[in-house]
Amino acid sequence: MCLAIPGKIVELGEKSCMRMGRIDYGGITREACLEFIPDPQIGEYVMVHVGFAISKVDAEEAARTYQYLAEMDQLEEIAVPEPPLETAT
Amino acid sequence: MKYIDEYRDRKMADKLAAEVRRVVTRPWAIMEVCGGQTHSIVKYGIDYLLPKEVELVHGPGCPVCVTPLEMIDRAHAIARQSGVIFCSFGDMLRVPGSHGDLFQVKAGGADVRIVYSPLDCLRIAAANPSRKVVFFAIGFETTAPANAMAVWQARAQGIRNFSVLVSHVLVPPAITGILEAPENRVQAFLGPGHVCAVMGYREYESVALRYRTPIVITGFEPLDLLEGTLMAVRQLEQGRAEVENQYGRAVGPDGNMDAQRMIRRVFEVCDRAWRGIGVIPNSGYRLNDEFREHDAETIFELGSIHAPEPAICISGQVLRGLKKPHDCPAFGRECTPQSPLGATMVSAEGACAAYYNYGRHLVTLQSQ
Amino acid sequence: MSTAFTLSCPMPVTQHKAIVLGHGSGGRLTAQLVRDLFLPAFDNPTLRKLDDQAVFDVAPGRIALTTDSYVVTPLFFPGGDIGRLAVNGTVNDLAMGGARPLYLTAAFIIEEGLSLEDLRRVTYSMAQAAAEAGVAIVTGDTKVVNRGCADKLFITTAGVGLVPDGISISASNARAGDVVIVSGPVGDHGITIWSTREGIEFGGTLKSDTAPLHSLVEAMIGAGDVHVLRDPTRGGLGTSLCEIAASSSMGIELDASAVPVREEVKAACEILGMDPLFVANEGRLVAMVPESSAERVLRAMRRVPQGQDACRIGRVAAEHAGMVLVKTEIGGSRILDVPFAEQLPRIC
Repeated sequence: MCLAIPGKIVELGEKSCMRMGRIDYGGITREACLEFIPDPQIGEYVMVHVGFAISKVDAEEAARTYQYLAEMDQLEEIAVPEPPLETAT
Repeated sequence: MKYIDEYRDRKMADKLAAEVRRVVTRPWAIMEVCGGQTHSIVKYGIDYLLPKEVELVHGPGCPVCVTPLEMIDRAHAIARQSGVIFCSFGDMLRVPGSHGDLFQVKAGGADVRIVYSPLDCLRIAAANPSRKVVFFAIGFETTAPANAMAVWQARAQGIRNFSVLVSHVLVPPAITGILEAPENRVQAFLGPGHVCAVMGYREYESVALRYRTPIVITGFEPLDLLEGTLMAVRQLEQGRAEVENQYGRAVGPDGNMDAQRMIRRVFEVCDRAWRGIGVIPNSGYRLNDEFREHDAETIFELGSIHAPEPAICISGQVLRGLKKPHDCPAFGRECTPQSPLGATMVSAEGACAAYYNYGRHLVTLQSQ
Repeated sequence: MSTAFTLSCPMPVTQHKAIVLGHGSGGRLTAQLVRDLFLPAFDNPTLRKLDDQAVFDVAPGRIALTTDSYVVTPLFFPGGDIGRLAVNGTVNDLAMGGARPLYLTAAFIIEEGLSLEDLRRVTYSMAQAAAEAGVAIVTGDTKVVNRGCADKLFITTAGVGLVPDGISISASNARAGDVVIVSGPVGDHGITIWSTREGIEFGGTLKSDTAPLHSLVEAMIGAGDVHVLRDPTRGGLGTSLCEIAASSSMGIELDASAVPVREEVKAACEILGMDPLFVANEGRLVAMVPESSAERVLRAMRRVPQGQDACRIGRVAAEHAGMVLVKTEIGGSRILDVPFAEQLPRIC
């Protein structure tokens, strides 16, 4: 539990009075119910579980997490020694 | 795939694992709750990257595994009735009841179909008005909004030949149950990411406080699990016991209000039996009275079904992290994924099944 | 793959639009079916004789013989159909032993009620596949069973080929140090069949990879030493690797990041919760070749259409004999195990 996959909303529509969308998962698309996503926008990413979007992907949060991981990477590589004091000639 | 591939980056995984190694000073037992997280841990060999001080214990996070034998027998009995189209997610097809699994029920002439969304069942019901379409509604809170919507839509569209056999289970009571057990050795939890995407994580704060146990809400990709583990180990090493959210890109503290509203419209909380553990009060959902006409348990009068578990099975203790699969005398002998005796061997995410598939050679791996 | 193959259907209009039991009775209806459909489609001198058996000369040497049944549902799917599958599958079984495929048989078990149009489409697809593969369908059989006693159409084939001298290719021949090579991306066929059969509409370009592989094999054998060849059909690449490890009593180390999977197939597998390693293929092969031959063989493969994406995915080792050890995408480790039965989609 629980398989949910991120995909991009590429189309919005309606079926049986339910908000629906076409979701692009990178090469293939599939319909999903967007009733649980208030105000969905084309281009936004959602997490889809059993054909229902259960949350939006927060792009800022995602960037923050990955940035933190990337910074971890850089911190270890930065070992710059203090520059020597300039002496007047 | 965006928001997936970045979280499978090898270099980042190494960095996270190295940081765990740097920070850990003593052994810790951390339980990941969700079966999907167990699946990921096994698939990517995440255990292999972590220092030996960090023990990942597989929890009861697999609704397939914890569905009681009686419920499975009930499902099979309904499927066998004439005029029934029995619909289920793929996960439940090979789970054996007392007399075989749904494939065998199908081979006996029953109409059993795999569905990928509860809405598929409504289409089947509308196309087959003279048949009774029954959907096996299992899952955690993650799947409850979708299942609720199917029932709600059946009412709205006047689809009367659709019913659900409900076996929903809830995570917080399970975590509490594990922590309450006197022999509990779990010291921190990786919380269920997608359950919390729906429900939020406020209800875990009192658990963390009361039991002085860190709970890190974690995603499902390798970097999520490694980062979640790191956050949990940091808390343990620092003596903190808080709820932290590793899975911020999909989870907010209050969760999805619209989804929760739909759950409340259709379901109510009830006691549920967990296979291998027993009845946990207020740990499940059932249809509320307003939707009783779509309740398969009411529609199909099956009487009481008693299904005793094999005495030799210790899955209850494995589910709580008290014993390991190879502590069980039946493990790998009478009990294998092909012929499971209990909850934890029944699905690929169960601890015993996961260990069977990779752990039986653990000795060989460790000796390399 | 040939592009300019045109078909003209010589089948005259009969009063039957669908197959009836009489078509399998051995009487006039059967003869009419053979004369008006199978003969013109598969046309060759041996078949034209319409004897109970096909008689042909073979050059001296070792004969390869294989048999297979095809029961796929649906009959038609993106990238192919049951007929094309039957021809390519049989050709490939022969090719995996290093044999040059020569002749095929085709036995049809038809469910009463199958439309003649569907049967015609399948038959001409087989003819086209046979022509592309350079093989002849030289004998066959037709039976019709009552409605409900078969799932539309079953095709059983046998194939005969010739193994050149000096070729010894077998699942038990893997040796420590051999390089594991796959001829192209995996999982296309199984995911296409699953989604078509279940009516899961995946907007995109999923299609079966069914293809004959004997020219690819010929190029490989011409370029260097080849120890093992397998076409990973049911059970996928993962199952084939487990079988080879067991047959050869060798260990296999698989680099998960190196296994090619097309984006669409990967996305479909993610959604369904399936592992591409255990999804069926119908136009791929896995090979084990000694390191000394590996580069030459890979270059030769990439010059053939079915091998243009060939790549290294692992190596054979003496350690952990009989087991397939996967180095995962994040550098972890796991043992690959053959699944109990067909993979199922999951939500958990």
